[in-house]
Amino acid sequence: MIGPFSDPVMQRALVEVTLVGVCGGALGCWVIFYGLSYASESLAHGLFPGLVAAALLGLPLVLGAGVGLVAAALAVAVASRVPGVGRNVAVAVVVTSLFGLGVLLALSPASPPGIQALLFGDVLGANDADLALSGALALGIVGALWLLHGRLLAVGFDRDFARSLGVSAAAADAAVLTLLAGAILVGVQGMGNLLVVAVLIGPAATARQLSSRMAPMMLLSVAVAALAGAAGLCLSYYAGTAAGASIAAALVAAYLASAFGRRSRLPITVEEVP
Amino acid sequence: MNRAAASHEADGGPLISATSDRDVLAEAAGLTVGYGGVAAIEDVSFRVSRGDRIALLGPNGGGKTTLLRSITGEADRISGSLRVSASWATVPQTERSRLDYPVSALDVAMMGSLASLPWWRQPGRRERAAALQALERVGMVKLAGATFGELSAGQRQRVLIARGLVQDAGLLLLDEPFTGLDASSSDRLETLIGALATEERGILIATHDLEQARRWDLVVCLNRRQIAFGPPGEVLDLAVLEATYGGAIVAIPDSGGLGILPPHHHHQS
Repeated sequence: MIGPFSDPVMQRALVEVTLVGVCGGALGCWVIFYGLSYASESLAHGLFPGLVAAALLGLPLVLGAGVGLVAAALAVAVASRVPGVGRNVAVAVVVTSLFGLGVLLALSPASPPGIQALLFGDVLGANDADLALSGALALGIVGALWLLHGRLLAVGFDRDFARSLGVSAAAADAAVLTLLAGAILVGVQGMGNLLVVAVLIGPAATARQLSSRMAPMMLLSVAVAALAGAAGLCLSYYAGTAAGASIAAALVAAYLASAFGRRSRLPITVEEVP
Repeated sequence: MNRAAASHEADGGPLISATSDRDVLAEAAGLTVGYGGVAAIEDVSFRVSRGDRIALLGPNGGGKTTLLRSITGEADRISGSLRVSASWATVPQTERSRLDYPVSALDVAMMGSLASLPWWRQPGRRERAAALQALERVGMVKLAGATFGELSAGQRQRVLIARGLVQDAGLLLLDEPFTGLDASSSDRLETLIGALATEERGILIATHDLEQARRWDLVVCLNRRQIAFGPPGEVLDLAVLEATYGGAIVAIPDSGGLGILPPHHHHQS
């Protein structure tokens, strides 16, 4: 294990995948229970033109991704107000349009090489400034999840009852979506536009099979994400495979193992207390 | 189970008379409510005072749930007036809550404490103690650590009531809490409801059980509009029941009373 990580490039990559794992693993649990898996995939794909524009203009990718996210969210909000268009349809139309626009930009003769890194990520290309920004975002996301934990839990469990507690379900949704946007920003550099969703959904889906309480589930999910990140980097180092795709493969393997492991477990029964 | 209620009475009990304004938890007059401007129940007038157990009777689609939702603000007031002067807690049908959700019974009870905490504060040791006390009150403290979704329907109802107790709601809104419960769970829940009423809470219970409703303090009969409101002994006669349930009334030979044909329940799992 020391072998691959004696290289500074690999060390930075390890820090990067760990930060991505902390954000994606912790937030992913809320994404799953708030039914936002589709939204997270849509947001990640919808920001593609922003990424490409940033690459063409030579601006930081995170800046392009941020602008792309806001544009995608606004476009979805506008499209879902068109009468007769359902929310899912609006999301699908906006996201495919934006993604197509990004691909058009990316394939223009003027675009520099390395566009493929935008789609599939370049975890080995992270510099110290990228890591500092990812670290700050990760800290913010973890801090917000810590503060909001009780309220997010109550809203996810029973939205109607949350009203009687003075907890706004809309505010909780907005908070999770905002944090989701932040986690995508952290992850898109390393995992790319297409694979960032794997870190958001994979670890949480794995942890859900193995835990029946929210806080342990989040910790487990972070651990799965970080371990799969390190495993993916090793695989990529030794087998010469693409880093982002190797991490995604490790996550899928973890999920499959947990799903099969769970099937062999005995169902838990609760005795009636007289 | 009546310990808390007994100690309350030993303190001298309420000093205000039963008809005092302070005792009114909710009051509706000529209320019409619905969704998106379309009326679901019309002309509803009732009053909930401290200690009242009020049955909401009516066929499926008659407006029982809508009446509860008018208090929570989920249904829109179209005309008339509604004054809710107490904090309220809902005890929904547990099929509506998530059974795959990663929380324990204690977690659920503790959610009631969020009402009294600022948004940045997490429930702590004090809130945990209050939640355990409420679970003790509903006879669920031994299962405090069990996963909510793995409890029986009756146990889940009691945990949700504990959540309302932690919230210290004056008004408890129970939506068909007896649906899917076996006889012993049903008896437990009814005893608990009685004990909570003696603690000066007001309890609204949507139910299909006419005999149960007769044992409580007041009934509201609903069938798209309010058919009757008052003590069950005065209100529940054949004319009212026919207007409430349509033709589905049968005489019960043994008791000499009246019953309704079993309504169609929509079990979801």
